[in-house]
Amino acid sequence: MSEATRDPAADPQAAAATTPEEPEEPRGFWARYARANSLVVTLLAFVAAMVLGGILIAIADTRTQDASHYFFQYPWDTFRYGFAAIWHGYVALFQGAIFNPHTAAKGTWAGYVGPISETLTNATPLILGGLSVGLAFRAGLFNIGGQGQVIMGAVCAGFIGFHYHLPPGLHLLLGIIAGALGGAAWGGLAGLLKAKTGAHEVITTIMLNYVAVSLLAYLLSVKGFQAPPYGQAISNPVYKSAQLPPLLGSSVRVHGGLILALLAAAFVSWLLNRSTLGFRLKAVGANQYASRTAGMSVEGSYITVMLIAGALCGLAGVSQILGTNSQLTGDIDAGIGFDAITVALLGRANAKGIVAAGLLFGALHAGGTQMQSATGTPIDLVQVIQSLIVLFIAAPMLIRAIFRLKGTAAGVGGGELAKGWNG
Amino acid sequence: MTTLAQSPDELTVEHKVTRAPVSPAQRYAGSVSLLVLGLVTIWRFGIDGHHDQRASIRFGALNAAHVPHFTVPAAPVAWVAGVLTIVLGIIWVVVPRRRLFGLVMGLGVGLFVVALLCWLASASSFVSVDVVGLLTSTIGYSVPLILGALCGVMCERSGVINIAIEGQMLAGAWAAALIGTVLGVTAGMLAGALAGALIGWLLAVFAIRYLVNQVVLGVVLNVFAAGLTGFFYDAFMQTNPEKWNQPPLLDPVKIPGLGDIPVLGPLLFDTSVIVYLMYVLIVLVDIWLFRTRWGLRTRAVGEHPKAADTVGIRVLAMRYRNVIIGGAIAGVGGSYFIFQVGQFQKNITSGAGFIALAALIFGRWSPRGAVAAALLFGFASAMQNMLSINAPSIPSNFVAMLPYLATILAVAGLVGKVRAPAADGEPYVKE
Repeated sequence: MSEATRDPAADPQAAAATTPEEPEEPRGFWARYARANSLVVTLLAFVAAMVLGGILIAIADTRTQDASHYFFQYPWDTFRYGFAAIWHGYVALFQGAIFNPHTAAKGTWAGYVGPISETLTNATPLILGGLSVGLAFRAGLFNIGGQGQVIMGAVCAGFIGFHYHLPPGLHLLLGIIAGALGGAAWGGLAGLLKAKTGAHEVITTIMLNYVAVSLLAYLLSVKGFQAPPYGQAISNPVYKSAQLPPLLGSSVRVHGGLILALLAAAFVSWLLNRSTLGFRLKAVGANQYASRTAGMSVEGSYITVMLIAGALCGLAGVSQILGTNSQLTGDIDAGIGFDAITVALLGRANAKGIVAAGLLFGALHAGGTQMQSATGTPIDLVQVIQSLIVLFIAAPMLIRAIFRLKGTAAGVGGGELAKGWNG
Repeated sequence: MTTLAQSPDELTVEHKVTRAPVSPAQRYAGSVSLLVLGLVTIWRFGIDGHHDQRASIRFGALNAAHVPHFTVPAAPVAWVAGVLTIVLGIIWVVVPRRRLFGLVMGLGVGLFVVALLCWLASASSFVSVDVVGLLTSTIGYSVPLILGALCGVMCERSGVINIAIEGQMLAGAWAAALIGTVLGVTAGMLAGALAGALIGWLLAVFAIRYLVNQVVLGVVLNVFAAGLTGFFYDAFMQTNPEKWNQPPLLDPVKIPGLGDIPVLGPLLFDTSVIVYLMYVLIVLVDIWLFRTRWGLRTRAVGEHPKAADTVGIRVLAMRYRNVIIGGAIAGVGGSYFIFQVGQFQKNITSGAGFIALAALIFGRWSPRGAVAAALLFGFASAMQNMLSINAPSIPSNFVAMLPYLATILAVAGLVGKVRAPAADGEPYVKE
């Protein structure tokens, strides 16, 4: 404890001062390894998380547990079975996420593209949510209210989807718009409160999450929303005309929400890098006082960015209700709001990174399902791996300490975002 | 003194009483909401109420002996309450006093609750409302909230934002179930505290040593705790509950003497050990934070770490200790779930850590305020529970929203200024 207080590594300025950036190309593996950039830190964080996850798999394996009872007589068995469990677990993870030779051997289309389709299906809302959180990050806000915004998006899109009969294209379009508006309203409320009263967005968005959860629970008990025979908390199904079309044929689940997510990523990328508004948002995020002095409306930026962020989360809700599922349930948000935070952090709050991170976590979710059914390893492992990756990335100094790296890459969530309730 | 050179006129001091101004939003929104509340009370419980029945109010369970018990006419009570609320609303708009805003709004809501309870109790001759039961369930809901909020007070007063209260509780609950099954209640509670402290330690290390943004960190630790406990639940506890997930229940312990007081006895002094522990912790944290040297230093570190460092207080060590002890308190709060329910389930805390966070903020980062807010939120949960059983026609989900809406209004400044410790969430780096 007291050692930690005196550790020079705890001082980023000192660390930056001792390792100035050098343009020359490093030679040799170790030299390159030592000059770790953020990509290397990301990869190593992934490796470290997978190693810790592997230990958990071994602990959860019954054969390994049995072997550990006679560990001191014959330790080899424990290791053998443990490594076998880890191997089988991660193979199943791969098969569930990328390609599964067993199902492909059946020769059907779904057998070939099923795993990829699952990965993309899981990645779609994660990308949208990650874009929302990442965009807010860049404007200096922490949108922790993804859950509420996803729920409100899904509620609005779902309502359009099952309450009205409209021609196919129009119906879908209106559903998407309604979802985006629902999320934008919920996010914009937090932005408005922040701009007008200074209420910290973390607190208001957490509270709005629970308000949305209660609101959804209420709606699912109202006739007109709830599906007959009114026994279960589930809504009417969305009409076919409002559903996002399947992308790889109707035998697999991946749907048009993915296109929506990629378009949104392109939009966010344009917004942040090419537009005046994006410049203003980033300026406010970097230094609100300087921005105000320069004549920018800080309050306006807060409201705008939360409206857009909310709309993006609302689209994640659209993907959930008009794509992946067709009926609203109490857990329609499927934890996307909080997973999105990890996606945004892993993607370092830029559009390309978020798409990649969303795909990675989507793959982990898809693989986790397969792993659970094939080897019995609980799917919660995915959550653990996900949080560990982000923990390691958020603390790049820790990864450097573990792998003995030197470098200057700063993680998102480091110094530039460290501010308190009053900031 | 230089007063010699001054004339008597210059020495006169005028005292001018200035009142904190009330914003128009507070003035008119407060008034309108009181008027609406009053009208709803009159319409729903007065005009539309049960006129043929008297409300039957009990102070004890149905089967208990010598229960104080009385009946009141429900509809007139609702009329009186509604009219009083409207009068309050009119008084508020005519003579608003900023300091009294909370009191006025609280009175309005309180009158509404009284009318609601009378209305419930008069639904038929078989129905009666047990006030002690309602308050007992309030305390039941409040215990984890209070412990979680106390954890938050410890952490945030020392300058570390703790969004991971939920994760600390969940870890505590899991460890309490596991160790409680294997080694018994006492060991289970200790294990719960230890597991909470462990997540607290992680929070401290990453926030203080690795300077990770504390809000990010809290969210990630919540995901981590939920994932890890869920993983082990599926791996061991679900398949073999007799061995790993059958912790004993905590029986209520009656304190001799105090437990025999008519209404308060069964309410406060005939409950589980964790509740008694909570009483002690509330007093301890309050005294500790405001009456001891350590507490003074903690608050100094949370408000102005540089100044504290200058006078020789070890800022980081102070923060480490507070966060870890806070984690332990939240862990005990998590174990309360276990010894009430008798088994661990995935995500058993179901957001209690976030309500505790809300209570902490609503209570303005002070132990007493946090406890009061937690009790208020516990009461809202108890009401919601009672409504969903006794009056399905009233959407109880809206009652469930109230704590969160109240917290939003509080941070938006409608209930007075809410201010966090100045250095809350800002890592301290020695120069």
